[in-house]
Amino acid sequence: MKILVVEDDRETATYLTKGLSESGYTVDCAGDGREGLFLATSGDYSAVVLDRMLPGMDGLSLLGALRAAEIRTPALILSALGSVDDRVKGLRAGGDDYLVKPFAFSELLARLEALLRRGAGPTTATRLRVADLELDLLTRTVRRAGTVIEILPREFRLLEYLMRNAGHVVTRTMLLEHVWDYHFDPQTNVIDVHISRLRQKIDKGFDHPLLHTVRGAGYCLRASE
Amino acid sequence: MSVDEHRVALAKSWSAREILAHTRRLVRTHAFRLAALYLLVFAASVLGVLLFVYGTSANFVERQTEATLDAEIAGLAEQYAQRGLSGLIQIVAARSAGDRGDAMIYLVTDPDGRPLVGNIAAWPAGLPTHSASLSFALEKTIDGRVEMRPARGRLFLIPGGYRLLVGRDISDAAAFRGQIRSTLIWAGLIALGIGVAGGAVMSRNLLHRVEQVNRTSERVMAGDLTDRIPLSGAGDEFDQLAANLNRMLDQIERLMTAMREVTDDVAHDLKTPLSRLRTRLEGALADSSEPARAASSGQKEAIRAAIEEADRLLATFNALLSIAELESGARRDRTEPVDLSEIARAAAELYDPVAEEKGFALAIAAEPGTTIRGDRHLLSQALANLLDNALKYARAGKIEIRAFVEGGRAVLEVADRGPGIPPEDRETVLDRFVRLEASRTTPGNGLGLSLVRAIVRRHGGMLVLEDNDPGLRVRLEFARLAL
Repeated sequence: MKILVVEDDRETATYLTKGLSESGYTVDCAGDGREGLFLATSGDYSAVVLDRMLPGMDGLSLLGALRAAEIRTPALILSALGSVDDRVKGLRAGGDDYLVKPFAFSELLARLEALLRRGAGPTTATRLRVADLELDLLTRTVRRAGTVIEILPREFRLLEYLMRNAGHVVTRTMLLEHVWDYHFDPQTNVIDVHISRLRQKIDKGFDHPLLHTVRGAGYCLRASE
Repeated sequence: MSVDEHRVALAKSWSAREILAHTRRLVRTHAFRLAALYLLVFAASVLGVLLFVYGTSANFVERQTEATLDAEIAGLAEQYAQRGLSGLIQIVAARSAGDRGDAMIYLVTDPDGRPLVGNIAAWPAGLPTHSASLSFALEKTIDGRVEMRPARGRLFLIPGGYRLLVGRDISDAAAFRGQIRSTLIWAGLIALGIGVAGGAVMSRNLLHRVEQVNRTSERVMAGDLTDRIPLSGAGDEFDQLAANLNRMLDQIERLMTAMREVTDDVAHDLKTPLSRLRTRLEGALADSSEPARAASSGQKEAIRAAIEEADRLLATFNALLSIAELESGARRDRTEPVDLSEIARAAAELYDPVAEEKGFALAIAAEPGTTIRGDRHLLSQALANLLDNALKYARAGKIEIRAFVEGGRAVLEVADRGPGIPPEDRETVLDRFVRLEASRTTPGNGLGLSLVRAIVRRHGGMLVLEDNDPGLRVRLEFARLAL
């Protein structure tokens, strides 16, 4: 899969290119807005990672031009501006996700992969399944190995998000955004306790745990080998 | 009473209260006081002028009467000196004969008080027989009716006990005086009426223009920096004031724009090197080359700690930028109706497990009708900051989140049972980087409450710190949105 990185800071660009290449992506790099727009309109990219402040043409204008040309490549905006206002502006301009600099590479990768999965089209399935864990979206019930697990509404949404991203790392910030609609990080680590409660319900008493903690990154729901 | 009727009744009671408030506000205004003072001075001067006119005109008639009487007495005394008593009697008889229309009164009496000649029948009752200048009432029969009419008179004592009375019926003068009085009263009332109307128009006009300045500054303070005070075009002091204020606003707007640009630039310029620092540290940690893999676990821990430190630094930096941007307060394009009860419920749901884990009991009481106009994300962030603080400083006990309506205001409240904040520190604790523990052992940057205050201010609300007895109660008050 080909990713376009539009970033004027050479160091960040190198870091992104290196990290993404190591994760198995082909990366093209543009150093300013005009070059970025040219590449984005001509090349066939799966996603664009776009810095907001660029020489020549700023990131939001680039995105606006891209969307005006009916090019719907998923875009992840990077910015040094972290306020909610800026985030919303970025998303309104046609961005699909927004990440404040500096970021952990794992956070960027998790978000980028979530964008790529979303680009594959929304799942219309009414039932999600990971190993012997089953989640029914219509009856709102959860079963593991055929046994019904009692679950609170918010835990259901948490589990649903984890299952939709099964096999991939999901960060705390992503959970706050998608499950709780909180677009900032509270000082207290509120997510860990929610996860450990969910883990109590779905993993306790089973031989193979499904909900894993990925150190320094977040969580991952996957069938263990 | 149906819901609608109830609402209408409520609206009516409100409007009555509003009228009262409006009146009170009017009385307090400078323009009203100025107009009242102007009216008072005006009334006093009109009253002075009218009294003067009344006094002089009434006196003029009186003096004329006195002068006539003096001249008459002097003339008769001269006649007496030349022609003696009989000559005087002849002249008096001639003057008394017939009604000459000048309302003169003549009477000559002998030493026993019997009238000898004159145009009145007898010496008026109760009239002293010695003093030279007299006021008396005269009985007069007009068309068969007896009338008491006021008169002024002079007495001339003739040697030998005879007396001459010369008087004048002054009822016409009294009527004239009454006429003047009523005319002047009417004139005064009309002048006063014009004064009141003029004062009202003047103060209204003045108030209207002051109100324009007020409204514009309120809108500017609310964040609309592009608003300007309209000029009337008269080129008067008010226009000059408005023009000056507008120039000042232009300057403020320029400065604010410049500040925002600088802030954005600083964010970009300072965060880029910090980002690089963090990136390099992370790169070092993830390095899979042979010498790097050989690094001790202690070195890796040190790098992780350095990354965390960089993250904290960046978090502080971000919080500062957020506060600065909120306080510059120009943008409010994303406000929508937000129910504080919803915000409270969502936060309670998110924080409940972690609170329980830390040994707190999180209680929530959310009433309906707490909808305000605002930014949901910012309000959630404010509440989350308050909960973070409560979890950090209160150690254990009950934490209450309440959303309710009080006095027409929507209130969001977080109360804990911790050590609280002493009254003298409640103002300073809202300032940036202020933390009350001297040792600063609890993690945090001292920006949490500053950010909450910036958010509340941006919503035109009020932040109050109170004693929860024991503990701290933080109240966020907002104007309710009428639905």
